[in-house]
Amino acid sequence: MSEEVKQREPLFSPKNKKLIFNPLSRENPITVQVLGICSALAVTAKMEPAFVMSLSVMVVLAAANVIISLLRNTIPTRIRIIVQLVIIASLVILVDQVLKAFAYDVSKQLSVFVGLIITNCIIMGRLEAFAMGNKPWPAFLDGIGNALGYGWILMTVAFFRELFGSGTIWNYPVMENLGLYDFGYKNNGFMILPPMALIVVGIIIWIQRSRDKELVEEK
Amino acid sequence: MFSNRYIFIYASVMVIVVAAILSSAATYLKPFQEKNVRTEKIMDILKSVNIKAEKAEADVMYNKYIVEELALNTDGEATSIYKDQSFEKGDIRPFDIKLKSEIKKKELLDAGKDAEQPNFPLYICNKDGETYYIIPLRGKGLWGPIWGNIALKQDMRTVYGVTFGHKGETPGLGAEIATTEFQKQFIGKTIFDDNYKFTSVKVVKGGIGTMPVDQQIHGVDAVSGGTITSDAVSKMIADCLKNYEDYIKKQIK
Repeated sequence: MSEEVKQREPLFSPKNKKLIFNPLSRENPITVQVLGICSALAVTAKMEPAFVMSLSVMVVLAAANVIISLLRNTIPTRIRIIVQLVIIASLVILVDQVLKAFAYDVSKQLSVFVGLIITNCIIMGRLEAFAMGNKPWPAFLDGIGNALGYGWILMTVAFFRELFGSGTIWNYPVMENLGLYDFGYKNNGFMILPPMALIVVGIIIWIQRSRDKELVEEK
Repeated sequence: MFSNRYIFIYASVMVIVVAAILSSAATYLKPFQEKNVRTEKIMDILKSVNIKAEKAEADVMYNKYIVEELALNTDGEATSIYKDQSFEKGDIRPFDIKLKSEIKKKELLDAGKDAEQPNFPLYICNKDGETYYIIPLRGKGLWGPIWGNIALKQDMRTVYGVTFGHKGETPGLGAEIATTEFQKQFIGKTIFDDNYKFTSVKVVKGGIGTMPVDQQIHGVDAVSGGTITSDAVSKMIADCLKNYEDYIKKQIK
């Protein structure tokens, strides 16, 4: 932290703010970089597991970014990928153990996907691309930013899938309370299946690109 | 550039530090995790007799409804009786018996190999003046273990309720055994015929319509697309209940 003071760069300088807000839209890990799709499909049938998954990714990503950034000058280049993997893996095991101890139901729902955070490309990508060459504080912000970018897409997808697939929002029976079932409304079972997550993500990408033309690749 | 020596030392130190952190975290969190597993077991047992227990009150509800725990040997004799929070006989608490290892012992014995005598747990529940017998189940599904509890009425042959759980059966197919729709089918079925000959409850591919009419009381419809899991459920129920046959016959006489 002392280096930061020397430079007198404010904690939330415009540059640092960008680190948090860019991944939310223009550099979104899911919709623009198309990373971490696998877990986005798997855990978004309900909002609660999606939220816990996003939170877990945020903890792992921010912590791994900070640790790698602190160690960046000591890590031998030849084994840097292994070092990153070991750190990510241990953080994921920690998160998994904590969930099993304090959020047992959710950890059962997420089952194997918490373990698969290790293989989430977003995390390795950020460590390699950012934390290896930046100071801890920006690395921390970058981690939080990317996890938020990942998280809000997950939550949006989960919102629509849960609402139309199970008729609930965060386990609250909206459709039932609105009395829609009495008019013959039926939950769409297809929404619960993974392919629908892909379609919802596709719709989000479509909306995003139609509003931000710069994202559209040239042919 | 970093020397080879540095790389080796770096890697070794990193591995040791990580191992230390992880093992201390695992040790510290273990009691919490075990409590969760225990609570889940209690909730599963109670669910088979139709009692919905919230997490916080699971222990209280368990002590209220489960009046007796027995451990039975293969001859149907109780080796351990645990009642009112104290041992009436033996010293193994039936609740703490790991069914998986007992089934393994039984398999070894059946194969003529050397093994300890297995003990099978039985829970006796008293709900609204009625007695129910709860038998825990465990078996092999298509992808991993499946388990459950089956509750019998006082006559010890009519099924009062069942619960099933699984580690990783195919979602939408085999995993349907965990749904109430599938489990509801078992209610009222019998595991013995009128002469108390053991028949178990079979999960029948193609539906119980394919069975002789007088046998339909011993069968339920299988899950479509989940044949192997359905067969596994049949086998699990038959294998596990068989261990209690002698005990039940003694009780009936």
